[in-house]
Amino acid sequence: MIIDHPLLGPRDAAEFTYLGDAKLIDRPDWQSETARQDFYEYAYLRENPAGWHQELWFHEAGDRSWLVVTRNTVTHEISKVELARDVARARGRSK
Amino acid sequence: MHDLQPTTALGGNAPQVDTFDHITVAENDGLALASVAARMGHENTCHATLKELLGAVPEPGKAVLHDPEAGFWMGPDQWMIGAPRKTHELLADDLKDRFGDTASITEQTGAWVCFDVIGPAMPDLCERLCAVPIRRMTAGDAQRTMIHQLGCFLIKRNNPAHIRILGPRASAGSLHHALITAAHSVA
Repeated sequence: MIIDHPLLGPRDAAEFTYLGDAKLIDRPDWQSETARQDFYEYAYLRENPAGWHQELWFHEAGDRSWLVVTRNTVTHEISKVELARDVARARGRSK
Repeated sequence: MHDLQPTTALGGNAPQVDTFDHITVAENDGLALASVAARMGHENTCHATLKELLGAVPEPGKAVLHDPEAGFWMGPDQWMIGAPRKTHELLADDLKDRFGDTASITEQTGAWVCFDVIGPAMPDLCERLCAVPIRRMTAGDAQRTMIHQLGCFLIKRNNPAHIRILGPRASAGSLHHALITAAHSVA
């Protein structure tokens, strides 16, 4: 599998380590009324779809940037690779 | 007063040089290093200071081979700056004065071992050790890769037969062993 790194170009997947669902970017608000339930879901519940999935990958043997990879878990086709920090900022995080 | 003798990363009093028929592996003890990481919201000012220092901001996967300070890209908004240790021993302090609050500067001299691998067999040696496209790399290309499980930076210098390898100083002996073993098999 080849991951097309947004800064460094196509790299072998062996250079990366896999974390999982990119929903980890959406950390719940700790001051919310429902914070207990939100953090339970954030920490323990994951979608495991057969199909398109947004995942966090870490370029461990490269520039050590975190990426959000949109990958089809059935075919391993990759449709989009973004820097995780760009995704997080687009969602209003780390401003 | 103690009479202390500084040692190189490999533990000698002088840098170790191993010469083979077609390749030389030379420990380079003369490098001062410091990393620069732009702080959030200060990226533009940090880039301007870098440009002032090096003549250009190193692009992803690239180095700027400038004198006396040179620099290469390590990751998004992170660079390593190097200079001759004799004249720039306090490189990190000097950079902190220059960059102020726009970047976080970390002293790196004591964290790395540097090997200069020079000779016509250099690409063969790299092919045996790591997954960089060594024959496509041109002067000023800088990549991080794994050599024997050690995260190392490879910097292609102006001489096409010269690659500079920065590896973790605490594993200098292991990295040296890997380089020498590969050199034996390509020499």
